[in-house]
Amino acid sequence: MSLCLAALTPFLGAPLVAYLAPRGRAHAAWAAGGVALLAFLQMLPASMAAISGATRIERLDWIPQAGLNLAFRLDGLGLLFAGLILGIGLLVILYARYYLSERDSLGRLYAYLLLFMGAMLGVVLSENLIQLLIFWELTSLSSFLLIGYWKEREEARNGARMALAVTGAGGLALLGGILLLGEITGSYDLSVILASGDLIRGHELYRPALVLILLGAFAKSAQFPFHFWLPHAMAAPTPVSAYLHSATMVKAGVFLLARLFPALSGTHDWSMLVGGIGTLTLLIGAITALFKHDLKGLLAYSTISHLGLITTLFGIGTPLAAVAGVFHIINHAIFKAGLFMAAGIIDHETGSRDMRRINGLWKFMPYTATLAMVAAAAMAGVPLFNGFLSKEMFFAEAAGMATQMRYGWLLPLAVTVAGIFAVAYSLRFVHDVFFNGEPIDLPRTPHEPPQWMKAPVEVLVALCLLVGILPALTVEPILALAAGAVLQGPLPRHDLAIWHGFSPALWMSVIALAGGVLLYARRKPLFALHERFEGVLDARRVYNLLLDGLFAFAHGLTRRLDTGSLQRMIALFVGSALILGASGWQATDSPLTGPRALLPVDGVSLAAALAMALTAITALALHRRRFVALVLMGAVGLVVSLIFVKFSAPDLALTQLSVEVVTVILLLLALYFLPQTTPAEPQAARRIRDGVLAGLAGLGVGALAWAVLTRQSPGRPEIALAPSGGVSDVLSEAGAQLSRPYDSIADYFLENSVPGGGGRNVVNVILVDFRGFDTLGEITVLALAGFAIYAMLEKPRLGGRGCDEVGRSWDGDMHPAIMASLTRLLLPLALLVSAFILLRGHNLPGGGFIAGLVTAVALIMQYLANGVAWTHERLPANLHPVIGAGLALATLTGLASLAFGHPFLTSTFGHVHWPLVGDFELASAMAFDLGVYLVVVGATLLILIHLGMMHDASHGPDACPVPETLRVKEDGRWKP
Amino acid sequence: MEALIASLIGLLTACGVYLLLRGRTFPVVLGLTFLSYAVNLFLFAMGRLTVGRPPVIGTGLPGYTDPVPQALVLTAIVIGFAMTAFVIMLALKARSELGNDHVDGEEGG
Repeated sequence: MSLCLAALTPFLGAPLVAYLAPRGRAHAAWAAGGVALLAFLQMLPASMAAISGATRIERLDWIPQAGLNLAFRLDGLGLLFAGLILGIGLLVILYARYYLSERDSLGRLYAYLLLFMGAMLGVVLSENLIQLLIFWELTSLSSFLLIGYWKEREEARNGARMALAVTGAGGLALLGGILLLGEITGSYDLSVILASGDLIRGHELYRPALVLILLGAFAKSAQFPFHFWLPHAMAAPTPVSAYLHSATMVKAGVFLLARLFPALSGTHDWSMLVGGIGTLTLLIGAITALFKHDLKGLLAYSTISHLGLITTLFGIGTPLAAVAGVFHIINHAIFKAGLFMAAGIIDHETGSRDMRRINGLWKFMPYTATLAMVAAAAMAGVPLFNGFLSKEMFFAEAAGMATQMRYGWLLPLAVTVAGIFAVAYSLRFVHDVFFNGEPIDLPRTPHEPPQWMKAPVEVLVALCLLVGILPALTVEPILALAAGAVLQGPLPRHDLAIWHGFSPALWMSVIALAGGVLLYARRKPLFALHERFEGVLDARRVYNLLLDGLFAFAHGLTRRLDTGSLQRMIALFVGSALILGASGWQATDSPLTGPRALLPVDGVSLAAALAMALTAITALALHRRRFVALVLMGAVGLVVSLIFVKFSAPDLALTQLSVEVVTVILLLLALYFLPQTTPAEPQAARRIRDGVLAGLAGLGVGALAWAVLTRQSPGRPEIALAPSGGVSDVLSEAGAQLSRPYDSIADYFLENSVPGGGGRNVVNVILVDFRGFDTLGEITVLALAGFAIYAMLEKPRLGGRGCDEVGRSWDGDMHPAIMASLTRLLLPLALLVSAFILLRGHNLPGGGFIAGLVTAVALIMQYLANGVAWTHERLPANLHPVIGAGLALATLTGLASLAFGHPFLTSTFGHVHWPLVGDFELASAMAFDLGVYLVVVGATLLILIHLGMMHDASHGPDACPVPETLRVKEDGRWKP
Repeated sequence: MEALIASLIGLLTACGVYLLLRGRTFPVVLGLTFLSYAVNLFLFAMGRLTVGRPPVIGTGLPGYTDPVPQALVLTAIVIGFAMTAFVIMLALKARSELGNDHVDGEEGG
């Protein structure tokens, strides 16, 4: 647990720090530091085991069904990286406290930094590779936030987006590689994968897996040709650069190389890809770094070069090279973080990062200059500083390769050239900034920074010296531990000494140092040359080209698909559905008509079907006369409910019937505000196109229905044909016909409805009991629809007209007396019926939905017959509480079962004796059904009444200026 | 009987799709309603057609029809009403804001 907690602590701490930040900068810094320390403390117990050489693995079930669990692992390599992340993290937190100006939000920076810290810890502590990838992507996301911290600056936004695009794309490739690894080994656990190196290397999927994983690692570690994002990420605040772009995030790629070293290395592919790309990056980075005028730009390219160096070491692939790689990871993190911080101090004090303007700072800040010079010497690989040791190991390994293969001598040559440039740019960093004349036109007069801003640099520089002078006493135990974990085997003999005798490596060092000094001394012609070719080879151009192309493609595609026309979109949608359906049809060779015996047709059904077809076609033909079409549509709906009656679905029939009534009333109310006719469409071609689409859609759906209806329902007895006995025969026959055997869940509900749900109406028991959660969701949707409509009608400017297009008034008498009286009389009866339907719903057709609709219809009748004003005097106008009460009741019924220790919405029932009425069953689901009822009543009434109230606003006795001719003609029928 | 129901489902779908493709809001709403008739009947038919065997326990009839599609369709009908109401209100709102009842918000097509 302690590892998991350690990785999660920064995530939990981030919001806390953001919350505390407004109380002051010190609060924020202490809180952030406290969180990092807490994570450190939580790692301590496991670290003890790791220091003794054991690998500690913790597992937590995550999705055991999918073979996924949260697994954390701590061994030497993880310990080294966790130490770097937390240690340098603490220093950066302290440094950022002084670096950031008062205007910038320190809390936000700390929160992002902690998010990143947690993600990075997760990467290095993961045992499960999928989990590692999730943390890996989290580092990309949090670094996006960090690079774009100054979000008002365009370069920050662009840099953040570029870093995210490149590393995110790399993460995608990495996911593919990890999945292939899982495919090869059958496990995502590192322990398994590290132990099956031979299996992986011998597998046919090895090469694609390797390429994909390397793509991910190279994108993250800014290897050529993905290196271009790193210099642009320098738009981040310098503490972020010191943390992410020297010590941690860019090291995630080389961490992955180290982590998977035993599983993937040792092949020709590995050496060529990793070694080749590494060397290329080493050279390109070192050469470019010299010509950068931006202080951080120089450091960024130097980082790229050093990452290339580490990659090359892992590419060389010998155990000793791996040891050197780990060693250089440590050394580079230390001196580069120090250098970035020093660069940040200079930037902070002078207000500029341009080395052409920053000169002669020695006079102003000698102490900082000394610190920077020590770190720069380590970067150059000067003896007695830590960088020298690992660099010389690197030289030795490179020299060793010279005789190993053809063109092997190229490697030591390239390495030496890179070494020369490294010395030259380190020299430039020192000489150009601290000497080389006077400062030119600086925004601020520099002086030494506050003591605590220098403290982190002091710590790092002290480490440079300690490791450089006393390697065996300081870094050796950690290095042995980490390198042992990388190799997963015995360590090669290595000697961390400053003096190794006159080896080739020493000569390479000497050449690099001397050549570097010489190169820097004669830099003028080189700079002139570089300026001429500046920007010729720029990977960013390719990136921008790709990005612009992608955007242009996406825009073009969207523009061509979506012209803003709904008709076009629906036509495309129906067309695509037809094509997909037809292709599915093509793929199967089973006949359209199945073997199931069919029901006979009776005369009444035939007549009803014909009536429906006729009505539907008439509605279609007359659809431009909207009122007629609406009435005909209502008639079709009535036949639909008859179909439900015929085929054993009384609940559906009742629902359809009552919904039909409210739908027609609703559409009538709405039609009042819309034109009464649809204008004719001029384009016959479009009508034909739509007709063809509609016809094909109808044919397709009809054929699909036919295909299903003529086949036996799986696992269900054919009850219509086998009224008694013979069920087993039918079952086995049905089973034989199945192409895909599965059992219908119908029988479960039928069997458990009475014993489990206490109700005999299975449909209702499913709704309020078995699938009560679904129903709760559905009534919530209903309530939301009601509220949304209410909100839409808040400011009505509808302006309906009092008469139809010919000028006839809608109604001669607003509230006919007979209808008004009758509906008033009928109201109690209608309400009684709905109460009856509600109560019996659990055992007989009925229930909350239907009862709610019946009640709504009964009440709507009052509004229709008597007017809104009259009804509002007698009924509460505010329906929101009704809907709310319904939802609350349904939810509380569900919650009540929690109080008794059962899952949400568990129902209970029992028999109650009611005097005079007799025994009857009372189920808690009935309370739920009452909630459904209230929501349905409330939402339906809310919709209809508010639409109706719009009418009254535009409806008056004089709303219809009836033409004189009509007035005379119809005079006898109504009074104006 | 199955052929009759399948044809009706097909016919209602065709009516619904044709009206859905119209350019004015009201026919589109009518089309949606037709389409939901068709879809509800289609879903209901997935339980196969059975005469005189309602899924109410203890009716003394031999066997019951499949209750699951019925439960699905029952809520679908009610939600369908809510959605129809929502769309028609959207149509009203669009007409009051834009001054016409074309689905694309501007005359023509």
